Amino acid sequence: MALVEIDDLTIAFSGRPAVAGLTLRIDRGDRYGIIGESGSGKSLTALAIAGLLPDSSTVAGAVRFDGAPLPEDERVLARLRGKRIGMVFQEPMTALNPLMTIGEQIEEAIVLSEVPDVANLVVPDLLDEVGLSPSHVGRYPHQLSGGQRQRAMIAMALASRPELMIADEPTSALDVITQRVVLDLIAEICKRRQMTLLFISHDIRAVATLCSRVGVMQAGRMVEQGAVADVLKSPQAAYTQKLLAASRMDRRPAPVASVEEQDLLAVMGVSRVYAQGGLWPWRDPPLRAVDRVDLTIGAGECVALVGPSGCGKTTLARMIVGLDSASEGRMLLDGVPYRGRDLPPGSRAAMSLVFQDPFSSFDPRMSVGTSLAEPLHLLGVMSREERDARLREAVEAVGLDASMLTRYPHEFSGGQRQRLAIARALVTRPRVVVLDEPVSALDVSLRGDVLNLLARLRAEHGLSYLIISHDLDMVAAMADRVLVMEAGRIVEEGRPDELFARPQHSLTQALMLARLPDVA
Amino acid sequence: MGVPCPMTLYLLRRFAGFVVTMFVAALVIFFLLDLLPGDPARFILGINATPEAVAALRAQMGLDAPVHQRFIQWVLDMVRGDFGLSHTQGLPVAQLIAERMAVTLPLSIFAMIVSVAVGLPVGILAAMRRGKATDTALMILVQIGVAIPNFWFGMLLTLLFSVTLHWLPTGGFVPWHEDPVAALRSLILPGLALALPQASILARVMRTALVDVTEQDFIRTARAKGLTKAEAVWRHGVRNAMLPILTILGLQFAYLIAGTIIVENVFYLPGLGRLIFTAISERDLVLVGGATIVLVLATTVTMLIVDLCYALVDPRLRGRGA
Repeated sequence: MALVEIDDLTIAFSGRPAVAGLTLRIDRGDRYGIIGESGSGKSLTALAIAGLLPDSSTVAGAVRFDGAPLPEDERVLARLRGKRIGMVFQEPMTALNPLMTIGEQIEEAIVLSEVPDVANLVVPDLLDEVGLSPSHVGRYPHQLSGGQRQRAMIAMALASRPELMIADEPTSALDVITQRVVLDLIAEICKRRQMTLLFISHDIRAVATLCSRVGVMQAGRMVEQGAVADVLKSPQAAYTQKLLAASRMDRRPAPVASVEEQDLLAVMGVSRVYAQGGLWPWRDPPLRAVDRVDLTIGAGECVALVGPSGCGKTTLARMIVGLDSASEGRMLLDGVPYRGRDLPPGSRAAMSLVFQDPFSSFDPRMSVGTSLAEPLHLLGVMSREERDARLREAVEAVGLDASMLTRYPHEFSGGQRQRLAIARALVTRPRVVVLDEPVSALDVSLRGDVLNLLARLRAEHGLSYLIISHDLDMVAAMADRVLVMEAGRIVEEGRPDELFARPQHSLTQALMLARLPDVA
Repeated sequence: MGVPCPMTLYLLRRFAGFVVTMFVAALVIFFLLDLLPGDPARFILGINATPEAVAALRAQMGLDAPVHQRFIQWVLDMVRGDFGLSHTQGLPVAQLIAERMAVTLPLSIFAMIVSVAVGLPVGILAAMRRGKATDTALMILVQIGVAIPNFWFGMLLTLLFSVTLHWLPTGGFVPWHEDPVAALRSLILPGLALALPQASILARVMRTALVDVTEQDFIRTARAKGLTKAEAVWRHGVRNAMLPILTILGLQFAYLIAGTIIVENVFYLPGLGRLIFTAISERDLVLVGGATIVLVLATTVTMLIVDLCYALVDPRLRGRGA
C-alpha cells in the first residue's frame, strides 16, 4: 500500500524546471532516502509532498498522499500536514521560533494535531521519547545546543503521531557524534512507531545507515531508485557511481620526504581564558576554552585537530593566525615569537586561513579579484603589475581562470567559491595554511576535488597545513599527524592510521563509533 | 550562571546608560549655552544700563560664580524641579514647560496611537498579500502618505472637517481644566495630521520586517505543524517582526515631542515646539536650556522604555544580560 505516490511531477520557477518528470512511490513502513547534491531538487520534492512549495513555483503532475490527491483548500491541506506528516529541517536554530520556549512550540504542535484527549499526549513524554530532560520545557532555542535543538524539532514532528516523517538534511548542521546520535534516534523512533520515513541527504553513507530504499536525484531528475543494498552494490547510473566514488575518502599521498625535522610553527602552553559571571566575575571560575595546549607543525607537515563542537579548536586556530590573543603561553612562527594579535604583518603574510563556509566568507559586494587581493597589503606597497601577477598565479593554482576575477561571489558555485577562498589564502605565498572545516559545507561529490586540490598545492608549494575538523575520514585521508581535542585540551595524538585503529582516549573512541559505516 | 538574574542585570545596565546619557546631555547643553555670546544680565537690563547695575544683577543671578559651580547648581536645581526663571516671560520655566506639555504630550500620544492603529495593520495586510493588487495599492497610498507634508494635510483636514462640515474647531486650544472635551476635540485634527507620515513609515517598515520574517525557516516549521501561511505569519511572524518596529516607534515618539512645531503653528496650538521657537528667537537661554533638557529626558526615557520592551519580547536579550 503506497503512502506517497508522485507521478510525473514537474516543479518550475519562472519557466525553468527545478524538478522534472519525477515519479516516486513510498510504501507504508518504507524508509526512503533521496540523495543528491544541493540544487538537485530533493528538498523541493519533499516540500511538494507536504504542500509547502513556494508560491512562485508552478507545479504539474500528481502528488497523492494515502491514495488521495493533496487537498486544494489551504486550511484543509495545512491540517492534513499537521496531523499526518511530521517534518524535521536542516538547521534547528533557524527552524525554531526564537521567541517561544521549546515547550510552547511542542504544545502548539500537539494542539494542531487534534489528537483526542484520550491519547493523553503531553510535552514531557515527547521530550522523554527524544531523550531530552523535562527541564528543557521552559528553555528557548538559543539556550540549547545544536543536538538538543534537533531533538526538540523531532519531538515537535512526533507530536501528531504522524504516519510519515520527512527529514530534510536533519544532521548536516551537527558534529559527527551528534549526527550519529540523531540518526540513531530517528531510526529507533521509526521502528517503534512503525512510521514511514522520507530522508533527504547529500551524504550517501547517512542514507545507507538509515534507509531501506533510495532514490538518486541529479539536476531535477530521478536517475536511479531501488533497494539500498542493490543500488549501492551495483549502481546503474553513471551519476550514482560517481557519488559512490566520491564518498570514499582515499588517502592522499603525502609528498615524499617533504617533512623536515625543523618546526615551522610551535604553540607552547597556550590558553585562552574567558571571565564568566558578568558583574560578579569571582563567583564563577573562568572558562578555559583552550587549556595549556602544546603543538608543533613541521615545515611541509599536515596536522589535523579533531574534536566535537565547542572543544576549543576554532579558538585555538584564531590565536594561531593572530585573530585573537592567548591569555597564557606563546607561539613561535618560523622563529618569530607572538601571543596572537601582535603577530607582525610580515609573519602574518606567511600564514593564511580558509573558512568553513565559502558563501558567507566573501563580501557579496566586492568582486572576487578585490577580495583576493586584500591580504596583499600585508606585503607592503606593490605595483599594479605585481599585484595582478600574484592574483593570476593564485587563481590558476586552484584551477580557475584569471578572467573570473572581475565577477562577484554570487556568480560562483559552492565548490568554485571554496577554490577562490583557497586562492585568497595562497595569494601572499604563505608557508602555513589553517583550514577550518575546509570541505564540510560542500556537497560530498565536491569534497574529493577540493581535497585533491589541497593535496596538490601542498606538494607543489611545500605548504604546511593545520586542518580543523570533526570529519575523521577526511582527516585520515589528508593528515600526517592527528591531535584530538576535548574541553580545551589535547587528549591524544598520533598518526591517523595508528590512532584510528587503536583509539585510547574515550573521546577518540566515541568519534570512531560515531563514524558512519562505509558503503562499498 | 551564578549571577542573580540576567534580566535584573540587563535592566541595571540600561538604567546606568540612561543616567550617563542624561548627565552628558546636561553637560553639553550647559556649556553650549554658556559659550553663546550675549550676557543675560545685560540683555535684561537693556543697552543703557550702567556696568555697576549689570554687575549687581550678575551677582544676584549667580552668574559670577565659577563655571563648574554654576553647572552643579543648575543640575541640582533641575533635579528639585526648579528650572529657573524665564526672563522674557517672568515666569518659572518649569511652569511654562508644564503648561505646554499638557498640549504636546497628549497630542503626541494621540498621534502615536493613530499611527500604530493604522500603520501596523496596513503593513501586516500588505505583507500578507505581497505582490498582489492589495499590496501594490496600499504601498502607493503609503508612498503618498510619506510624501505629503503634514501641515498641508492638516490644512486639507481643516477645510473638510472644520470649514465645510463644522465638526471640529479650525484651531486654537481650550485648556483642559476649562473644558476637557473641547480640549480633546481641538487635538483631533492636528493629531491626524501628525500621524499620517508616521503611520506611512510604520506601515512600510512593518511590511518589510514581516516579509523578512515570513521567509525565515521557523515560519515553514509552523506551517509544517499544520498552520496555514496566514496563521503561521500571525502567530509566529508578527512578534518577531515587532523587534525592528519597536526601534522605529521609539524614534517616532521622540520626534513627535519636539517636532510638532509646524503643525502647532497651522492649528495655532500652544505646544512645546512653539515655546522653544519663541525662546530661541528671543534669546531666553534659561528657557531654551530647560526645554532642551526636558526634550532629552523625554527621548532617553522613551529609549529606556523601548529597551525594556525589547527585553520583554526577546528572550535572547534576557538570557545574555548584554
